[in-house]
Amino acid sequence: MFEIRFHGRGGQGAVTASKILALAAFKEGRYVISFPFFGTERRGAPVTAFTRIDDDPIRLKTQIYTPDAVVVLDSYVLGSADVTGGMSEKSYFIVNTDRKPEELGRNFRTATVDAKSIALERKLGDRTNPIINTAMIGAFARSTGIVSRESAIEAVRELSPRKKDENAEAAADAYESVRLGWLN
Amino acid sequence: MQSAQRKYNAILTGNDAVAVGAKLARVGFISAYPITPQTTIVEKLAEMVANREIQARYVEVESEHSALAATFASELAGIRSYTATSSHGLLYMHEMLHWTAGMRLPVVMSVVNRALGPPWNIWTEQTDTMNQKDTGWMQVYCESNQEALDTILMGYRIAESEKVMLPLMSMEDAFVLSHTSEPVSIPDQEEVDGFLPPLDLKFRIDTNNPMGYGSYSTPDGPFMELKKDMIESMKNSKNTIREVTRNFAEAFGRDYSGLIEEYAMDDADYALIASGTLASTGKYVVGKMREAGRKVGLIRLRFFRPFPDEEIVKATKNLKGVGVLDRSVSYGSSGSIANEVKSSLYEKSSIPVTGFVAGLGGRDVRIEEFEKMFDYIEKGKTGNYFIGDREGN
Repeated sequence: MFEIRFHGRGGQGAVTASKILALAAFKEGRYVISFPFFGTERRGAPVTAFTRIDDDPIRLKTQIYTPDAVVVLDSYVLGSADVTGGMSEKSYFIVNTDRKPEELGRNFRTATVDAKSIALERKLGDRTNPIINTAMIGAFARSTGIVSRESAIEAVRELSPRKKDENAEAAADAYESVRLGWLN
Repeated sequence: MQSAQRKYNAILTGNDAVAVGAKLARVGFISAYPITPQTTIVEKLAEMVANREIQARYVEVESEHSALAATFASELAGIRSYTATSSHGLLYMHEMLHWTAGMRLPVVMSVVNRALGPPWNIWTEQTDTMNQKDTGWMQVYCESNQEALDTILMGYRIAESEKVMLPLMSMEDAFVLSHTSEPVSIPDQEEVDGFLPPLDLKFRIDTNNPMGYGSYSTPDGPFMELKKDMIESMKNSKNTIREVTRNFAEAFGRDYSGLIEEYAMDDADYALIASGTLASTGKYVVGKMREAGRKVGLIRLRFFRPFPDEEIVKATKNLKGVGVLDRSVSYGSSGSIANEVKSSLYEKSSIPVTGFVAGLGGRDVRIEEFEKMFDYIEKGKTGNYFIGDREGN
């Protein structure tokens, strides 16, 4: 079983990202479950969402405490939530930032992607509210290899309510441009 | 590796799955009043009605009491009727719950289990529905989105059976099912139509044939006999539940095995009785403990009303100890399920029973806490225990 935890802020699409990832893995014949930690939702507040992927039916319905991967949609939450809780040195740490992976330390398999620039280039959202969740799916696929590039892009296209092509392209861009810290 | 895509054709949240179930059951009337975390069920149904995917009358009402009153009235007119609620909304329906059951109306309602305030809390807990156990409604607690969908279809068939004629509420845990996405197999409408025939209510409002309904009875009138008949019907519903569950398995290939489900029970020495999504996580823990050589199993309580007393006696016969997990409270007594289990076993078994209360107000019940419960059961610690509170239990 592979467990993924998403951290973002209300309005950034962490919950949708957890669903897109589940669909991508489902397309490859895997069992999946995705769920939000539903708080008093408000724009800007820290949001957590979860996805589990397995070859067998998934019975475990607790929150995720020892993630195999953590996807951070907004580097601002790095300071405000326990983002790295339960991670091991083998866990993937995939962060939306323009910084290099080594600038975030070497405790995990860290990957960084400038999802904001990708979103703006693809005209997804605006400078204050760029739509970055679909790019993060592309970055996840490349970093972990848990889902293929094709399944990731297909799932993004399917679950994007609008601008399907632009979102799919953002995922493809992130797949190409994500920087994998462990390769340096 | 089995391919999940061969078994399932969609990924749905629990609430969407329930709405699809109501659509496939061809409900003709839906009343709606929003309450978190139920709201997305009636929102989805509103969308389906607007898109003409369902031929149903959709009525927005001003309260939950009215939501069930409207459902009650349309059902009495012979139309398969549906509504959904949660928590305080369900409490507000309490009076109408008795009326719906007492008038022998086979309504099916979805309830998303949510804690009761104070303090306000939108997360899952079963106290809201445990408070309704004496209203004459059948109660089913679902563990997956597939079961939530399928229970709407089985529910109408059970409720509408001439031997039963009692309403049924089907439960989903707040968020852990209602807002969780899982693969689901959506059956074809044609298959569902073959399984669930249209409602043919024997005694319905008919302006050409006026009758009195639910009128008045003195102590010497039929009041007591009518109650006795309800008690008998609820008891008899067990056979109907077993039969409909079997028919459903034959038609759709998914076997819910009746009022309870036994997991890894064949040679188990110790077992935990649990319901809803706690049973699902419990099965995961049992699987891990089995790998470590511990002879443990799980009994999943699907129906709480009627209570599966014979099934519990049979399933626990060869055990050395059993625990019961309640996600609800009854102040001044023990857990509601634990009480019923003990009452079922009285004079029929001398097995030690351990009661657990955990997960109140949506607190996550973690793997380690399940392991702790099994440790208690194996050590023969009888009595009642609070698990997972901040005092370190």
